[in-house]
Parts: sequence; C-alpha cells; structure tokens
Amino acid sequence: MPEFTKSTLTNGLTVLLKEIHSAPLISSWMWYRVGSRDEAPPLTGISHLVEHMQFKGTPKYPASVMDKAVSRDGGMWNAFTFLDWTTFFETMPADKIDLALRLEADRMRHSVFDEKEFASERTVVASEREGNENEPMFQLGEAVQQAAFRVHPYHHEVIGDMADIQSLTRDDLYRYYRTYYIPGNAVMGVAGDFKTKEMLNRIKELFGKIPSGATPPRLARPEPEQRGEVRLSIEGQGETAYLEVAYHFPAASHPDFFALSVLDSLLAGPSNLNMFGGGSISNKTSRLYRALVDKELAVSLSGGSTTTIDPFLYYITLTIHPKRKPDEALAALDAELQRMRDELVSKDEVARAIKQARANFAYGMENITNQAFWLGYSEMFARYDWFLTYLDQLALVKPKDVQRVAQIYFRPQNRVVGTYIPSVKSDA
Amino acid sequence: MSAQRKSSLAITSSLPGPEDIYRKVLPNGITVLCRANFNSPSISINGYVNTGSLFDPSEKLGLADFASSALMRGTEKHSFDSLYNELESVGASLGFDSGIHTTGFHGRALVEDLPLLLDLLSETLRQPIFPDDEVEKLRHQLLTGLAIRAQDTSDMADLTFDEILFHGHPYARPEDGFPETIQAITRQDLTEYHRKGFGPRGMVVVIVGAVEPKKAMNAIGRVLGDWQNPNQVDPPVMPELKRLDETVERHVKIDGKSQADLIIGTNGPRRIDDDYVAASLGNSILGQFGMMGRIGDSVREKSGLAYYAYSSLSAGMGPGSWSVSAGVSPANVKKASDLIVKELKRFIKSGVTKEELSDCQANFVGRLPLSLESNGGVAGALINIERYSLGLDYYRQYPGLVKSVTRVDVLEVAQKYIDPNRLAVAVAGS
Repeated sequence: MPEFTKSTLTNGLTVLLKEIHSAPLISSWMWYRVGSRDEAPPLTGISHLVEHMQFKGTPKYPASVMDKAVSRDGGMWNAFTFLDWTTFFETMPADKIDLALRLEADRMRHSVFDEKEFASERTVVASEREGNENEPMFQLGEAVQQAAFRVHPYHHEVIGDMADIQSLTRDDLYRYYRTYYIPGNAVMGVAGDFKTKEMLNRIKELFGKIPSGATPPRLARPEPEQRGEVRLSIEGQGETAYLEVAYHFPAASHPDFFALSVLDSLLAGPSNLNMFGGGSISNKTSRLYRALVDKELAVSLSGGSTTTIDPFLYYITLTIHPKRKPDEALAALDAELQRMRDELVSKDEVARAIKQARANFAYGMENITNQAFWLGYSEMFARYDWFLTYLDQLALVKPKDVQRVAQIYFRPQNRVVGTYIPSVKSDA
Repeated sequence: MSAQRKSSLAITSSLPGPEDIYRKVLPNGITVLCRANFNSPSISINGYVNTGSLFDPSEKLGLADFASSALMRGTEKHSFDSLYNELESVGASLGFDSGIHTTGFHGRALVEDLPLLLDLLSETLRQPIFPDDEVEKLRHQLLTGLAIRAQDTSDMADLTFDEILFHGHPYARPEDGFPETIQAITRQDLTEYHRKGFGPRGMVVVIVGAVEPKKAMNAIGRVLGDWQNPNQVDPPVMPELKRLDETVERHVKIDGKSQADLIIGTNGPRRIDDDYVAASLGNSILGQFGMMGRIGDSVREKSGLAYYAYSSLSAGMGPGSWSVSAGVSPANVKKASDLIVKELKRFIKSGVTKEELSDCQANFVGRLPLSLESNGGVAGALINIERYSLGLDYYRQYPGLVKSVTRVDVLEVAQKYIDPNRLAVAVAGS
C-alpha cells in the first residue's frame, strides 16, 4: 500500500496526503467535524443547508463561476452531510487540482450566504425532503430512528424536520458556518498524482493563513440504555409491506466493531464501506437470506451498520413476501439470531467474511476518489490507522467473539421494530 | 502553482487505445476484448449476448428479463444456493440484466478467482435449468418489484414517457413487463427463450483488470470457445418509429405522494449517428453542465422549484430519446413544465453560445480519465467500442471529435429533434 503522510498546520488544519501515480488524477476532500449530531431543534437540518449554501459562492468565486470552472476542467465535485460530518470533494485531472484547492480555501472563510440565494435553496431542500417522503422506506426509517434515540441528536434525519427547514434563517446558517467551518475543525485528505512535498507547501500557502478560530463545542447527549423492545408501525400507500429492525450498535472505534463486521457478513452479507467504486457482493447465501428469502417470508433483505462517533444502529430491512405477514418474517429472523447467540459459528464462516472484506477493499482501490475519501473519512470517527489495519483486525476475530457480540447487541430488548403497513391488503 | 505538472501526455497515454486493447474473435463468433490494469488485484468481466426483450411476445412481456434473472437460479451443476455460495465465499459477484437488444452480464472478483468467475459465467449462460420452485420464487420477487414500481413516481413517469414517445414501437414497452404478463410466463417459455436466444453469435466479452490480456483471452477461450448453438435465432427487425404529430400529455395518479416526477421530451439520435456527439454536447449545455446546465439554472437555482432538474440523451442501437426530468411539488408541475418548454424553445431558436460550447467541450475531454479510472469504467468503454463499431482508437480520437463540433452543428441537431409542438409529457404523482 502506498505511503501516506499526516501533518497539522499551525492553525490546526489536519492534512493527510497519499501519492498514487496510476492515473493523472487527484482527488481532494475537505471534512468538517459537524453534522446532524450537532443539531437540536429548531435547527435540525442546518448542517445540510449550510453544505448546500457552500455552493452558492464567495465574492471571488460566485456560484455560477465555481460550478463552471470545475466542470470546464473535467472535474467532478460534490458534498455530503452525514450524522457526524460534512464533506466536500473535487476529483480533477492532476494538472487542474489547484483550482479545487483555491476554491476550497476560499469557501472555508468567504462564503456569502446571500439572502435571496438562501430563500431559493430552502425550497430546493424542502423539495429534496418531499422526494424522500415519497419513499415508504424513508418514512419507516425516520420513524425507527426517532424511536431509537430519545436524547441523542441521532434522533432526527440528516435532512432535518420540515418545520425547521421552513423556519431557519440566513443568519442562523451564517453563524453556524462561521462556528464550524474553521481549520481546527477540519481534516483535508488528498490522494493522487502529485509530489507530497509540493502539495503540502501549496496547501500551506492557501490554507495556512486562515485564522484557527475557537474549537467549536460538540453536543454531548448520550442515549440512555434502551430497556425493552420498542415496536411501531406506520401506514401508507401501496401493496408492499416492509419491516425494519434496528439494534443499538457500538461506535466504530469500539473494539467490538470488528467482530460485529464479521457477524454482519454472516447474517446479511458483507457491508461495503467504500463510498465510491465499492463491491457489489450479493447476500444470497447469508444466514438471513436463507432463512427469510429462500423460505419465502421476504422477497429481499439487506442489513448493515455505519461507522459513527457515538453508538448508532444496525439495520435489518425486509421487503415482506406478498403472501406473508411481517410477524412471520420477524419470528424467522428471531430464530436465526437465537442460533447466532446459542451456537458458535465455524472458523470457515469467519474466514469467508474476511475474504469478502479483502475483495471489497481491492475493488475500492481501483478508484483514486475512493482512496482519497478514506484518508479523511476514517479520521471522522477514528484514525486513518483504523482503515489501514481493518483487515488485520478482522483476521483476529474468533468464533467465540462473534457469539459474544451477538449475545450483547442482538437482543430483542436492544431493538426497535418498525413495520410499514400498506393500504392494499395482501393475500395473507 | 507548485503541485502542477504537464500531464496532457499522461492523459492521452492512460486512455485505452489500439496497442493496449486486445481484441479477438473466436471461431464460434464471440468477440473478446481485454485490457490490463495492475493497480488493484481485482478484475471486472462485462459483456452481452445478442438477445433481449425485442423477442418478448406482448402477452408475455418481461420474458427476457425474467429469463436473465433466472439464469443464476440453478444450472446442470449447481443449485441456486451452491452457485451463489461459490461466488460470495470469495467476495465475487456475477449478474445478468436484459435490455431491449441484448442481455448484459457483469462480474467482479479478485484476480485469483478469475477462473471460478469464468466457469460460472459459462455455466449460467449455457446450462441453466430453470428449476420450478426457483422460478416461482423469482416470479413473486418480480411481481413485488412491479408493485413497488407502481408506487414509484420516477419509474412511472419513465414508463409513461416511453409509452407516449415510442407509441407503436417496441421501445414503448417496459422491459420488466406488467403483473399479468409476468403471471403468464411459464417455465417452458423460459427454456424456449433461452434455447433460441442465447448463443455465441454476436456475443461480446470484456475483461479488464490485473491479468495479462493474453492469459485472459486464453481463459475465455477455454470456457466459451466450444459453445455452439445451432438453434440461435437472429433478433427480429425493428419497425420504423413514427414520430408524434402533436404534443401528448399523460398524468399517472399515485396517491399520497409529496412530490411528482415530470418528464418532457422528444426523440434523439442513435448512438452511431453522425450527429450524436453534437447532440451530446448540446444536451450537456441544456441540462447537465455545472449544476445541471440551463435547466438546472432555471428550474432549480433561480426558481427553487426542484431538488433535481436535468436533461438526458439516451442513445442506443435504435431511435433514442432526448428528455428533461424534474422532481417537483405537485402544485408546481405547471410552473416547472412552462420553464422547461421555455428553455427548449430558446435552445432551438438561439442555439448555444461560443463560451457554453467551449466549456462543454473542455469538460467532455477533461473528464475522460476520470470516467475510465476503474476496471468497470474501462470495461464499459470497451463494450461501447464494440457495440457501436467505434474503433479501438476511439478514445484517443475522441478529443478531436468533440472539439470539431461547431455551434451550427449543435443548433442543427437541436432543431432536427426538438419540436416544442410535438413533445411527450409524462407526470406521475398525486
């Protein structure tokens, strides 16, 4: 694996660089330690709206200029807001990366947040939320997440509640931007066809003079332990029922995370953590597929968690077979989880999960954007070492570890069960 | 700036070209293309066989789709479960999806598992047995998929748009069929379709990844070189498309939706047509470039009406489509639709500016290395080269091809296809 370097500028900006000379491309990512985890009502959705406004221009690079400049140079750029972080990236032909660096440095400090632009963007985001609300799985997911977190800000969806999207002001956003978008709260990851020393010097030139600012506080509202299963249902259009079962799950930095990753592979097929160019390994021989889809209780199944700073959720999502009821599928799911808690898995199954992870890593390596993604992404919830040693950590997992984490986390008392009940009744 | 370096030479030589694409036609008619990439220990296999939903009888629409999904449900050597067990145990994947003209396949594996992946590809293509119980399971999954489709505003707008635009032509039919046509398909239909449709003639296989092309060629020859199918039937001839005489609008009502999907469009060129590149550049200006081009600027940025509003050009073997899509609040459908038509009128009246064209030309050329970075990206490019007879040096010639397009070319192709009085308009939502 190619070398990487990690440095911190005097203003606190952390910079991770990795040279990759396989294609004339460079991908640059700027990560801010702010996301929906930092929001409380009536400011839900503010991180996401601020991210949108970061595309609305600075005095030096007005909105239309930014966009066109990146596209003209053959670049790709975008941004994502998540529970714990907000990130902006550009992947450019190697000789054009300077534009991306200049632009990112400029909008760390000088975004305008024009009132009129904000008014228009508010309706765009409201429309984004309306689009999400069209989907039964969004409706169900939102209800389950809210039921799982009473205290912790993981309670609400990243996009925020419509009431807050409608009431946030330009000044709310600007204050938030100036609080969190500072070098000491940011991590930059750049990978691709450059020389490390030259790249670092250029980053120092462009970002080094931005004032460090005061380290922003992060909300600390730990979720109390759930005492007993929570069940809920929502009703909606269509003829398809869905079941979502969410288990409270540890943070990515928790030592149990690796045993749980193996468990995830066995239960529902391997989760792919790559953001770009990941694998598409199917899950048709996973334990839950065999128990639920092969047995015609469900027509499809997915399962997985995500990497977060605080404990979040492991989701199992089922599309219920038209001739079956959600409760029948839940009973079969419970039987499989009981087996996982009662019986040791085989060494071969653990080895298989590790090979699957190795394949997913190899697929992710085809792509420079994805390699650059990992530099900063892993720093958001752990350290880059977490990524570098991930396969080694998986290799240490033993069957008894898998059983132990199944017993701790996959208990009915530790979950929320959500059912989507369609308006058109099935044959069942 | 210090991190800069001259890389135009590097860009050109990183693009696939005649000296690093290996192409061979096997005696049984299979065309094989390979290109090495040793940056990651993985490989991608992509390709197609020369059969698709064009063969589907109307009362059994979805047959090709059903059959391609069923290929992996059991073979002479493997049950459904044991087949997937082989693949998933090594983190590999293999799948099929049928289109109108061809049935595509795509696989991925660590390079050490290339032989396994090829064996399973050959087996599923040549020896599927369509077990009764698996066919019935699959049928329920397909029917559930159709029930979900009926509730999806985007899917239903797409389906309705094609029905209007391609009225009377096979392209008007949804490849995944309808509930009643999926119910009508028997195991015998699947077997018969496979017997006549699947064969080496017209088949293309592409391997890209961490393997020497010669080795990859030999490996493909080993598993597919002896395939013969005397029963293989050539695809039916497509009828001529009759273009719309006037604007046709259709609204599909789906209750309980907070957003409607809107598609407005017309016909477009085929991929092999000379004006394809000009149309493609024009489309980018209309609804792609930057934050979704002129359409995005008007509908999203200036009016805040939609989270997405863009245009797309869909060009394949037969007549294509050129359309604008937007997801808008039900109350804003008319407003968005008026803005879109206004942009279409401006586009065919005044064409594009010199600056817009040169921006898009730079974008098309500059983004090539990015689109050809992964094994899957290169494999897709090689399939395009073969499917549309573009020539092995196509991606090397591409910058010149793009730069040669003039403003007049764009205006002419826009006027040729887009007539604001003969549009297909589809809306799905509450």
